[in-house]
Amino acid sequence: MARKPVQFRLNGMDKAVFVDDGANLLDVLRRGVGDLSTKRGCAQGGCGACTVLIDGVPFLGCLTLAETVEGREVATAAGLPADGSHPLQEAFMANFAAQCGFCTPGMLMSALALLESTPHPDREQVVEALSGNICRCTGYEPIIDAVLDAANQRKESWQ
Amino acid sequence: MSVEFRKALFADERDDNLVEVGKPTRRQDILGHVTGRSPFYDDHLFEGLLHMRCARSPHHHARIRSIDTAEAERMPGVVRVLTGADVPVNLNTLLSLMDFGRDDEPLLSTGKVGYRGEPVAAVIAESESQANDAVSRIRVVWEELPHVLDVEQALAPGAPVVNDAYPNNSFDYHDKYDHQKLRFGDVEAALAAADHVVEGRYEMSPIEQAPVETNGAIAAPETSDRLVCYTSTQALFFSLATAAKLLDISSSRLHFVGGTVGGGFGGKVDSIVEPMALLGCILTGRPVKFAWDRAEEMQVGAPRGGERWYLTDGVMNDGRIVARKFTGYFDAGAYTRLSSYAIVKATGHLPGPYTIPNVSSDILCVFTNRTPATAMRGFGITGVDFAIESHMDVVAHEIGMDPVEFRILNAYRDGDMKPHRRVAKNCALIECAQVAAEKANWRIGEAFRRMSSTRDGGGTRARIPPTVTDTDGRIGDRRAGRSAPGPRRTIAPTPSEPFAPSPAPDAPPVRGPSISPPAPAAPPVAAPSRPAPPPTPAYSHPVAAPAYDPQRQPAPPAAQDPPSRPSRYSRFATNAGLRRR
Repeated sequence: MARKPVQFRLNGMDKAVFVDDGANLLDVLRRGVGDLSTKRGCAQGGCGACTVLIDGVPFLGCLTLAETVEGREVATAAGLPADGSHPLQEAFMANFAAQCGFCTPGMLMSALALLESTPHPDREQVVEALSGNICRCTGYEPIIDAVLDAANQRKESWQ
Repeated sequence: MSVEFRKALFADERDDNLVEVGKPTRRQDILGHVTGRSPFYDDHLFEGLLHMRCARSPHHHARIRSIDTAEAERMPGVVRVLTGADVPVNLNTLLSLMDFGRDDEPLLSTGKVGYRGEPVAAVIAESESQANDAVSRIRVVWEELPHVLDVEQALAPGAPVVNDAYPNNSFDYHDKYDHQKLRFGDVEAALAAADHVVEGRYEMSPIEQAPVETNGAIAAPETSDRLVCYTSTQALFFSLATAAKLLDISSSRLHFVGGTVGGGFGGKVDSIVEPMALLGCILTGRPVKFAWDRAEEMQVGAPRGGERWYLTDGVMNDGRIVARKFTGYFDAGAYTRLSSYAIVKATGHLPGPYTIPNVSSDILCVFTNRTPATAMRGFGITGVDFAIESHMDVVAHEIGMDPVEFRILNAYRDGDMKPHRRVAKNCALIECAQVAAEKANWRIGEAFRRMSSTRDGGGTRARIPPTVTDTDGRIGDRRAGRSAPGPRRTIAPTPSEPFAPSPAPDAPPVRGPSISPPAPAAPPVAAPSRPAPPPTPAYSHPVAAPAYDPQRQPAPPAAQDPPSRPSRYSRFATNAGLRRR
């Protein structure tokens, strides 16, 4: 099987990795470069647990060919502060917006993309932005509340 | 979210010095969640990790004529192909750890399959896609068998035998009964004497837990001849002991790591992925991951089982339920898993939170050619509660009574006897119904607003009635294909002895202190678990409740003496202030 070199930036760090033909970004992130924050829930584009940002735009890692991120900037939940000090993280913690936590990294990425493009979203916009992310535990209300809270306390620019 | 306390309720029984309740708190594990660092089972990297995938039955019910793995073994990347012959102890039942039920389910099936998706072989390969490709080259010759997908059809004469360990298609309880029984009083006589008899049939479909993280495990060799297993299980030691049994190795050689579960809801207790991954690790000497994909999680992941219920209520004109009869069918699917236990839970829950002097129940755990069922959030309770509360509405409508008042009238009160011969205590349904009605602006009669869980219970309501028993379903008398205890028509002929439901038909439905003491013939009355509280402003005139009146014009309160029980009595079972359970 042919293997192809791919170079990209992951959470601000340069990465270079050989990927198999047809390999998806989710597997390359997890097994190839060891970023385990991105979760595999369905591997068929249904659950949103593998949502990552590519140049600030949310993509499903499982449906993205790894080679297409050549030269681009990929952001995952592992790039958020390890102490949970990002306003969005703080809002998730304060609003009890996670139970098992498996969908949380994808939720955070979808929410970050929304707040980047729409600094003051209304509730409907938050619902729309999270509509591709399935949560089976907490229900969506605390998650939506957390995103709205974060928007209200937002700093000038998200990282 | 704000919490509203109703501190006036049971105020004399409760320590209001609450530390946590009503205050926001943080999950102890949430920092890991919002930083993507919570360690789920798949978040452990192993050099040379192998991947396992299963070949599965496309049929509901079929005999396995042969399994040819030769072509699969030659596929690229394939390290090993397994069949049932590779499993050291290839027959188990989950609850065998507590000696409950017969071993009835193989890890990899050899003789026949009982449901679509049942695994018959597994491939271990260098990559997941190689394992998938090789699985498609496993050749199984099937002999399709007639299947049955409906619980009552499975009990009909001539139905296909689903599970060889249970040739009657139903679980045998303690090798004594083919169903779980409950008998309290004389239901048939009470139904014959009731003013109304109302029947109902209720059904709940199977429900998939659908966790976002699918079931999975990684097993790897460890030092000192041990094996480490990272798993998504909800039941770590249960899975460990199950794996030790199936693999015939000492549990001291197994090192299980879990505790971070990507959603479970009951769907991660069946302990299938762990023994499979461990077996692969033992056979290859390398780390092996066995994880269901999304389609497997939905198709072969055991759901909450389907249930079918037949209820028959005998009700008096004043709204008292004097008899309730249940016939229940739990659809276990092809194997027992936890359905037998769910039925024990269901039986313990009957007849719902209502004081009914005559109750009977027969519940069967039925095998069908459907996906085996297992735990899910309150399993055993949810389905029958749906049936009970639906039926309460139907009965209230039939007799022309308000459904909330109907519930309040029949609710358990402190000191009442439950059909399991346990005294009801810490009851609060009446208060819950009153508050719910108030919140919903649902008007209920003054008499019902005054009723209380702490008053008028016990006494004759604490009696254990003379109970009619039967040997129906006793194993030994039963033939294969015997019909189940049916939804029988229930208007029995006039009983030879006058039926005297408790309370007596001519007594007011809810006895206040003015009612005469229990009849001398009554057995000893269990002590009430708590006293009546002193009257509160909300209940300024504790009265004996009148009979139900559709016009909602309660009769004048009867004269009465104040309650004579001790004025303070702990509502709690322990000094810690925790309610029982």
